[in-house]
Amino acid sequence: MTETQTQPALKAKDYKSDIKPVWCPGSGHFAVLSALSKALAHLALKREDVAMVSGIGCSSRLPAYTEVYGFHGVHGRALAVAGGLKAARPDLTVIAAGGDGDGFSIGGNHFLHACRRNMDITYIVMDNEVYGMTKGQASPTTSPDWSASKLTPHGPGVPSFNPAAIALASGATFIARGFSGDPNKLTQMIVEGIQHKGFSFIHVFSPCTTFRPEQKGWKKQVHEYAEEVTANPVKTAQGLQADDGMGTGLIYRTELPPWQPAYDAICEPSALEKEFQV
Amino acid sequence: MNKTNVNHPDTLSAAITGSGGSGVVTAGQMLLKAVAAAGLFGLMTRSSGPQIRGGESAAMLRLGVKPVNNLDDKFDILLAFDWLNVTRFVDEIPLQPGSLIIRDPDAGEVPPELASDDIQVLDAPLKSLAKTIDGGRPNMIGLGILAKLLGLPEAALRQVAAEHLEKKGEKAVEATQACISLGHTQEWSELPISPLEPPHTPPVRWNISGNEASCMGAVRGGVRFVAAYPITPASEILEWLAPNLEKLGGSLLQAEDELASVNMIIGSSFGGVPSLTATSGPGLSLMMEGLGLAVTSETPLVVSNVMRGGPSTGIPTKSEQSDLNIALYGFHGDAPHLVLAATNIGDCAFTTQWAVYLSEVLQTVAIVLSDQSQGQARSIIEPPAEPKEAYQRLLAKSPEEENHYQRYALTEDCLSPMSIPGTEGCIYTADGLEHNERGTPSSMTEDHLLQLDKRRNKIDGFDYGEAWADLQGEGENCIITWGSSSGAAFEAAQRLSQAGVPTRALALRLLAPLQKQKQQNTLQGVSNAIVVEQNHGAQLYHYLNANQLLPPGTRSMAQPGPLPIRPGDVMAMMTQEADND
Ligand SMILES: Cc1ncc(C[n+]2csc(CCOP(=O)(O)OP(=O)(O)O)c2C)c(N)n1
Repeated sequence: MTETQTQPALKAKDYKSDIKPVWCPGSGHFAVLSALSKALAHLALKREDVAMVSGIGCSSRLPAYTEVYGFHGVHGRALAVAGGLKAARPDLTVIAAGGDGDGFSIGGNHFLHACRRNMDITYIVMDNEVYGMTKGQASPTTSPDWSASKLTPHGPGVPSFNPAAIALASGATFIARGFSGDPNKLTQMIVEGIQHKGFSFIHVFSPCTTFRPEQKGWKKQVHEYAEEVTANPVKTAQGLQADDGMGTGLIYRTELPPWQPAYDAICEPSALEKEFQV
Repeated sequence: MNKTNVNHPDTLSAAITGSGGSGVVTAGQMLLKAVAAAGLFGLMTRSSGPQIRGGESAAMLRLGVKPVNNLDDKFDILLAFDWLNVTRFVDEIPLQPGSLIIRDPDAGEVPPELASDDIQVLDAPLKSLAKTIDGGRPNMIGLGILAKLLGLPEAALRQVAAEHLEKKGEKAVEATQACISLGHTQEWSELPISPLEPPHTPPVRWNISGNEASCMGAVRGGVRFVAAYPITPASEILEWLAPNLEKLGGSLLQAEDELASVNMIIGSSFGGVPSLTATSGPGLSLMMEGLGLAVTSETPLVVSNVMRGGPSTGIPTKSEQSDLNIALYGFHGDAPHLVLAATNIGDCAFTTQWAVYLSEVLQTVAIVLSDQSQGQARSIIEPPAEPKEAYQRLLAKSPEEENHYQRYALTEDCLSPMSIPGTEGCIYTADGLEHNERGTPSSMTEDHLLQLDKRRNKIDGFDYGEAWADLQGEGENCIITWGSSSGAAFEAAQRLSQAGVPTRALALRLLAPLQKQKQQNTLQGVSNAIVVEQNHGAQLYHYLNANQLLPPGTRSMAQPGPLPIRPGDVMAMMTQEADND
C-alpha cells in the first residue's frame, strides 16, 4: 500500500452517526455519547469491529447514535445479548450501555452474572436515578424519600442500591464511577475500561433534567473518589462504605482471566455420527 | 405350542419394571442394543417416579422387523423384578389375554391390578439364580430370559454386555455374561411367545434418542453456538452439545436463566453464527419477549422446545403436546415465524436441521416442537435423512463506494442481505423498535405496514417443498395429526386399511406457516376425518379449524398426557359413528 492510500485517522465525530438523538436538551446522555466517541477515536478502533449493545430506555438509544455496529434489544437484556455476541465473536470490541432501570432492576440478574462471568465486555450505565423513558418513576438507585412520582407518592421507601458494591460482590474486575459533567475524565475512564481484559463496569451519573431537575446540583456534589484503589476486594468494600456514593474515579481493578470459549474445530459433524451407529 | 408352525409377529412389546436400583433401565438399554445388533428395529421409552434417585422405574419397549415409531396398544411381556410401587405404572402397561408376566416367586404374588385368569405367569427365581453366580445380578438373569423369548441370540447379548460394562472391568463383564447365559439357556417349561425373526444380514442402523437426534440435526444444519438453561426433558440436548460443539469449533454457554439464553443467542446470531437454544414449556414462556425481538430485528435462531405436561411446572418428567398454542400465538404483536414438529425420533434430526436452514435463509425464529416421549426415548432407526437443500443466510458484502447500507431494505422476496459485524461499509443498528429500511426507529404508519408486510411475506412466499408433512395411505377416512402422535396415527391408518376401512394419515411437520393449498389438495376426497393430538385443549384441531382447513364434520381426539396415544384408541375414534347433529 502506498502512502496516499492509507486511511486518515478517524476523529471522534466519525464514530457518531447522522441520527439525531431523542434526548431532551440538557440530558447528561449527550456528554456520554461524546465521551464514548472520543474514547473510540483515541483507541483508533475500526468502526466495523466494534459493537454497541443496549436494552430499552432513553440511555439505551445510544447505539443508533454511534457509527459502529449496534443492537438495540429489549428492556433489561443488553448484557445477555452482549455476552452471546462476545462469546461467539471474541474478535469484536463489545460495549453494552443503558440506564439504571434497565441494568439494575429488570436486568439485575444479568448484571450479577455478567460481573462474575468476567467476559471481556465494557458496560456503561447512565444513571439518572429515574425511569426517564416512561416519564419519571423511581428506579433502584432512587433515594427512599423521592416522592415526585405518582407511582410512589410517599417515595419508594426502600434504601437505594449501590451498584459499585454489588459489582464488587459479584466479581467484576474493573469498577469505575464517572460523571457526564466531567467528560474528559469520563473519556479516559471508558478508554481504560475498554482496554481492561475482562468485565469493566463504568457507572456514570448522567442527569435527567426533565424529571430530576435537582440533579443539576450534582456538579457540586461529585468529588474525586478519595478511598484507596487496590485489587483487594475487602479494602475496596470498606472504601465503598466510607464514600458518600458520589466519589468518581477508578474504584477497583484486578486481573482475572476473562471467560471466553476457545475455538479449535477438530472434526466435522459427520464424525459425530459414529457414536450412534450400530 | 407347535414351534414349527409359528406365525412370526411383526412387533413384540415388553415392559420391565422394578424399584430403584434394580437395574430396569440398564436391562432395557442392553436389550435395545442387542436388538440393533440382530438387525431389528426397536423403541424404548422410560417412565419413572418424581424421585431423582431411588424411585421405581419402568422401561417400555416395542421391537419390530420394521421401523417402530410408537408403543403398541398392549404389552406381550411384563418382566417384574419386584412389585414395589408397581401400581404407579399399571395404566402405562396395559396387558391383554395371552400376555406373559415373568416374576420372581421370592418377590411375592402378582398384584391384583395385574393378575387375571387369562394372563400367563412364568415363575423365574431371578434372585436365587443370581446368587449362584459370583457378582450376579437378578436383572441380568431377567434380561437373558427376555432375550430368549424375543428371539435374540445369546451371543449378541454377551457381546452387548462386554461393551456396556467395559468400564466396570472384566469380572463384572463375566458375571453379567454368566447371568445372561443362565437366563437364556435355562429350560423354561413352555415359552408361550413366538419370537421375532431377525433379518439375515444386519444393515447399518442408529441407536439414538430424540434429544440426541435433535442435536445431530442442529450441528448438521450448522449450529455452532448454544446458550441455554437446564430443564427437564430438554437437558440431554445441552449435555450432548456442550462437548460436541467444542469439537466442531463451537461452544455452549450455560446462561443464568432463559431470558438470558434467548438474548444470548440473539447476540451470537447477530454476530453471524447460527445459534440455537433448547428448553421446555416454562422456559419457552420466559423467552417469548426475546423471540419477538428476534422476529422484529430479523435475527435468525432456533428454539428446540421439548414439551412436558403443563401448564406451570405441570408434570415435568412426562410427555404432552400442549405447547402448540404458545409456539403459534405466544408473541405479542404480529410476529410471523416458523413452527415445526418432529414426527418421530429420527425425524428430530431432519426437522431440526431443516429448521436451522429455514430460520437462516428467512432470517427469523423457528420453534421446533418435540416432547418427552420422543426426546428421552431411544430407538433403533435407519440413519436419518437430511433436507434436500442446505439454505444459508443472505449476507451483505462491503459496498464498492459509500452507498448507504439498508439492513431492512424492501426487496422482491422480502429478504434483505444481513451484514455481519466486521463487514466494512455496512454498519447498522439492529432494532426491536419498528424501523424504516435503514433500521432507524420509526413510529410512522407507513414504515410499520411496510415492515409488517416484509416480515410476513418473506415467510409466506417461500417454497417449502414436500417436507411440510408426511402422508401415508389413501381413502376417504383421514387421521390428521402432528408430532409424537404421528406414529400411532400411521399405524392406526394402516391397520384400518388392512381391515377394509381405507384410511390415510397426515402428519404436519410445518405447523406455521400452514401450507394451505397443499393441505387442501392432500385432503381432497376425505369425508370422515379426525384430528389426533396429546393435549386437553384440542390445540391443533382449533388451529386448523380457524384456518378452514378441515373437511366438514371433522372430529377432535384430544387426549392429554402423560399416557401415550395408542393406535387402537385412534382406530376406535375413527370408526365411531360421527355425531349426527
Ligand atoms: C418488559 C418491559 N417492561 C417495561 C417497559 C417500559 N420501560 C421502558 S424504558 C423503562 C425504564 C427506563 O429507565 P432506565 O433504564 O433507567 O433508562 P432511562 O430512560 O432513564 O435512560 C421502562 C420501565 C418495557 N419497555 N419493557
